[in-house]
Amino acid sequence: MISTDILIIGAGPTGLFTVFEAGLLKLKCHLIDALPQPGGQCSEIYPKKPIYDIPAYPEILAGDLTEKLIEQCKQFEPGFTLGERAETIEKQDDGTFVVTTNKGTKHHAPIVAIAGGLGSFEPRKPLIPNITDFEDKGVEYIIKDPEIYRNKSVVIAGGGDSALDWSIFLSDVASSITLIHRRNEFRGHLDSVEKVQELKNQGRINLVTPAEVIDIVGDDTHVSGVTVKQSGEEDKEFNIECDYFIPLFGLSPKLGPIANWGLEIEKNAIKVNNALDYQTNIPGVFAIGDVNTYPGKLKLILCGFHEATLMCQAAYQIINPGKKYVLKYTTVSGIDGFDGTRKEAPKAVVKKIN
Amino acid sequence: MGNSQDIKVTIIDREGVSHNIDAPTDMAMNLMEVVRAYELAPEGTIGVCGGMAMCASCQCYVLSDTELPEKQDDEDAMLSEAFYVKDNSRLGCQIQMTPEMNGLKVELAPES
Repeated sequence: MISTDILIIGAGPTGLFTVFEAGLLKLKCHLIDALPQPGGQCSEIYPKKPIYDIPAYPEILAGDLTEKLIEQCKQFEPGFTLGERAETIEKQDDGTFVVTTNKGTKHHAPIVAIAGGLGSFEPRKPLIPNITDFEDKGVEYIIKDPEIYRNKSVVIAGGGDSALDWSIFLSDVASSITLIHRRNEFRGHLDSVEKVQELKNQGRINLVTPAEVIDIVGDDTHVSGVTVKQSGEEDKEFNIECDYFIPLFGLSPKLGPIANWGLEIEKNAIKVNNALDYQTNIPGVFAIGDVNTYPGKLKLILCGFHEATLMCQAAYQIINPGKKYVLKYTTVSGIDGFDGTRKEAPKAVVKKIN
Repeated sequence: MGNSQDIKVTIIDREGVSHNIDAPTDMAMNLMEVVRAYELAPEGTIGVCGGMAMCASCQCYVLSDTELPEKQDDEDAMLSEAFYVKDNSRLGCQIQMTPEMNGLKVELAPES
């Protein structure tokens, strides 16, 4: 069981900044995210897009913002459970919570902060009738451990960066790689497209375009191939033998199991008390950032930062009842990291006058 | 009652319900934002990427012969990866509302 002070569900910008604000109050944080890396939508959907409304940054790439937030909170040593989705929440007799993920990892904390953005990111599944029959039997939507594809034959479908990058990477690992895309043009970075072209010329990637997978072939235990429909002067259908089929068509957010936690939901968002501290209808459970709603709500990253700050103050009072907290400025009090580091403004030198 | 800058647009939502609405042309809104403003699709199911042609959650089918801006590479590429794509598919986020679009009729593509 993982224990912490504040269990944060969602490792996007708001979740990451919560670690920093909680750290200033000497509160430890642990984050759960369905994605395999922190950053949420910023790093998953648009890492190379500039954001213009982050204070003090006239322009910053979403991916760079994520990196800086991680750097900023690192000193408070957050824990991470990545690639797992928060599935259930159970209130304990002492008022604390146990949150269990879809992989069975249990987390215990007196405070739960839901910073889930638009929800957990679920893979977009292609419209192949029998695809769900083969999930976990050779159909994978997210690559977590490339080693499982070593010396296996793999078919990847998609035309974006993920499909290109993994085709390139797995060309060194798998026994064969086939990349199938509906068009001849790809949406990824130019250097990735060029690299795939090069690998195709070397015979290390089998490129099939314009084409799409229309059926999956296999038995009760595993995929043995896919049926491909290729367009041309005359459409043709054929089978490609493979051990794994990996459709990479991006992710779409779903509120997911959080919707069943007994929280008050309005328009796909969690209702909170914004006049106080962004607490939900379950005492001890907060919702901050894009996942919450209240009169006047604006879904902006900077609003998530503000909400995280106020929420941490309320969490402190719940964890330390009766203890008086005086707001301090980091310029005055400095920062004591949990890793033993200390940051403080240099003291002014006063020269003695004789 | 709409403003003089408004145009008449018909949007068929994902339940098949037709909505005749006044869409402003003086607020730098795109079609996806109009759909959101009128709450014609649940929050979180449209405009997920914020309007960057990176998610196709605002895909719609153009049913009128209204002249629209040509597809740019980003939109074209996204539609090549999206599901439920038809010949008349467009991304709402890439269609900036202009007075010339008066009478536009679209249907929202299924959520995917």
